[in-house]
Amino acid sequence: MLAFAIRRLLEAAFVMVTVALLAFVLFRFVGDPVNQMVGQDTSLEDRQRLRQELGLDDPVAVQFGRFVANAVRFEFGISYQMKQPVTTIISERAPATLELAFVAALFAVALGIPMGVYTGIHRDSWLSKIFLTVSLIGISLPTFLIGILLIYVFAVMLGVLPSFGRGEVVRIGFWRTGLLTTSGLKALILPAVTLGLFQMTLVTRLVRSEMLEVLRTDYIKFARARGLTQRAVNFGHALRNTLVPVITVIGLQLGAIIAFAIITETVFQWPGMGLMFIQAVQNADIPVMAAYLMLVAFLFVLINFIVDLIYVRVDPRIRIYGRGV
Amino acid sequence: MKLKTLAVAGAIALALATTPAAAKTFRYAFQGDLNALDPYTLNESFTLGALGNVYEGLTKRDKDLKIIPGLAERWEIVDPLKWRFYLRKGVKFHGGEDFTADDVLFSTDRMRSPGSQMTSRAPRDMKAVKVDDHTVDFVLTSPNPILHAEWDTWYMMSKKWAEANGAVQAQMSSATSLNPFALKSNGTGPFTIVSHEHGVKTVYKPNPNWWGKPEHNLTEVTFQTIKSDATRVAALLSGDIDMMDPVPVQDIDRLKSSANATAMIGPEIRTIFLNMDSMREELLYSSVKGKNPFKDARVRKAFYQAIDMEAIHTKVMRGMSVNSALMISPLLYARAAEFKRHPYDVAAAKKLLTEAGYPEGFEVVMDCPNDRYVNDEGICQAVAQMLSRIDIKVKLNAQPKAKYFQKVLATSKYDSSFSLLGWTPGSLDSWNILENIIGCRDADGKGAAFNLGGWCNPRITELNKLILVESDTKKRDELIAEAFRINHEEVGLIPLHQQSLIWGVSKKVQQMVLRADNQILFYWTKMQ
Repeated sequence: MLAFAIRRLLEAAFVMVTVALLAFVLFRFVGDPVNQMVGQDTSLEDRQRLRQELGLDDPVAVQFGRFVANAVRFEFGISYQMKQPVTTIISERAPATLELAFVAALFAVALGIPMGVYTGIHRDSWLSKIFLTVSLIGISLPTFLIGILLIYVFAVMLGVLPSFGRGEVVRIGFWRTGLLTTSGLKALILPAVTLGLFQMTLVTRLVRSEMLEVLRTDYIKFARARGLTQRAVNFGHALRNTLVPVITVIGLQLGAIIAFAIITETVFQWPGMGLMFIQAVQNADIPVMAAYLMLVAFLFVLINFIVDLIYVRVDPRIRIYGRGV
Repeated sequence: MKLKTLAVAGAIALALATTPAAAKTFRYAFQGDLNALDPYTLNESFTLGALGNVYEGLTKRDKDLKIIPGLAERWEIVDPLKWRFYLRKGVKFHGGEDFTADDVLFSTDRMRSPGSQMTSRAPRDMKAVKVDDHTVDFVLTSPNPILHAEWDTWYMMSKKWAEANGAVQAQMSSATSLNPFALKSNGTGPFTIVSHEHGVKTVYKPNPNWWGKPEHNLTEVTFQTIKSDATRVAALLSGDIDMMDPVPVQDIDRLKSSANATAMIGPEIRTIFLNMDSMREELLYSSVKGKNPFKDARVRKAFYQAIDMEAIHTKVMRGMSVNSALMISPLLYARAAEFKRHPYDVAAAKKLLTEAGYPEGFEVVMDCPNDRYVNDEGICQAVAQMLSRIDIKVKLNAQPKAKYFQKVLATSKYDSSFSLLGWTPGSLDSWNILENIIGCRDADGKGAAFNLGGWCNPRITELNKLILVESDTKKRDELIAEAFRINHEEVGLIPLHQQSLIWGVSKKVQQMVLRADNQILFYWTKMQ
């Protein structure tokens, strides 16, 4: 078990270094940050001086070495655009993204599972067909379109929800939360629905197909034959057996929601990390981009690592494989 | 004790009674962030405008961009090498410090400190000399009639406060140093910044001790960034904000037809134009080998006359532009009306091209930004289409601004044959255009560094030296006219148009000034 964990950790470190290297090579192609930092009248000498101060004239290998050396000490430099340490910016922006991702995931699960169960049991009812049609829309419409659509319906036409932003926030230690104020909660609804719609669809369809599968198995037939109630059969036995793959998918999707909330955050001007990243890309703000990509890589590595460990506990075959090799 | 409690209670009651009726919050949004609160860090019009509500220069500009007194009550040119500024008395900074000549001297030094982007605000060899607490002389080594042209955005800072807050040097744009001051402000202006959360929200409150008479009725102002165009429009329509900039061209009609908002449209002073590489012996990106077709004025004029600006105005810009014969906005040059565009004439263009020895036309690559100016990529596509009528095959290379500027500027040795650029003269004066855009340069960018095509007529450089020191307005305008005429006749660069400024404004806003330099100055804003 320990050897398995250590080997996984080494692999994780390797992934991180690879991501850093890839990101760094990519930065050669994002454009010139200096022109985004100066006014149009700034002289060429001043631009050149700035370039030198930023170390942009050094060879890529030197820049990369410097970056890795700083990164292991959690120093990612100061944002070219925002003039603040990147770690400060990220720690300020992370709560917004995490709250949004959490609520979106909650929305996806809370609606997706019941809908999946219902459509699995009542395959031909008209309500099932509505659910499936809705979920088809969720999976086929691009996120930004859903976002804009929701804004127009609920903010512009009905005027019941705010069109952008995060509302009032309350500070608890370093964490600024929007979950404790009315305006914060109202502001959360549209972006969370937008972000969670795709995941909800995924959960619905996954649960449905698993349910269809499980309901055909012998132990369900036996349970029915024993005269258990429908409720006990469907939820106590069938649903429980569908949940293993569902939990896995949700876990991985949570990582995706956090990392790729970029479009939703842009549409709703949600002050999270995705918005920060897209602005950094446009302005070639390399320190921010580098730190963000490392964070995302770390997130995925971490989730995978945890999932792997859980598998080991759950599935003895992996444990044996891990010891044998 | 009791009395005090009573007084406090009374004050609270009064505040409660008056606030709801009088509270007027103006909420506005822009597509970009307010990136620096240090007024010397970024020389960029949105930042300078946002800080122009908080800080003030010795001069100001009024609603029509005319220079008016700011922190200096008046000034005089004692002799061509000495300007005397009389400072306004009784002015206090937000922190309570008095504004005196020492602050002007300090601001002069700070403007030149290493991190500052404001060094172009005054000649490097200008000296500031204190005469008394409220009089300052600026001593020059050569005459300069437009010395104070950009001083409306050279904001005065308090020496005392800067020293107490470690802000003696301007905040560097580079990543290695961080000034704690970068997120604080202390000006003399009509508003103070109460809180600033980068990229999220900035809150302003009126400065009750401001020296001037307020022309606004606001009690609070909030600024928020809204990046996405569609969201910005939706936020205005739903009443979440009162004003936003810019309005996408395609949304103007929707704003105008809505019940709670409208669009304010006015000319901007930025000019959009085309550069042709007429410096290299052979073009980098063309089918013509061994020679450079752009060295021939007939080819350049053929390009000019083949472009149908009326079509670009109506189709690409949807009417939101003013076609220009000059490289400067007609608002900024008194004799602009004398200049007329060369007529759009495909036959004449084709004839010129044939005379120049290219009856079959040729191929050339055009570099174009796609996120910098209004519909920039659309303009380039239209130009490419139009040039195909005279058998010029344009391959368009449209890129985001970060990539585009990396390629076309001096840093990559002007790695382009044909490109589109926009320019706003910071001093709102023709000299700036001639100095940066139209004058001669060498291959490394010495001289007019932003003349991307490198087209050169030495007479323009000569004229520009005269323009810099000529104090007589009439003579000066004549010299400028001569320089512009040379560019017009020889088609060194092809001016296209000035784009329009479009602000979305809620109907709750009674008064708002759309100034042609696109600074959002809410000290002229009144709300219902």
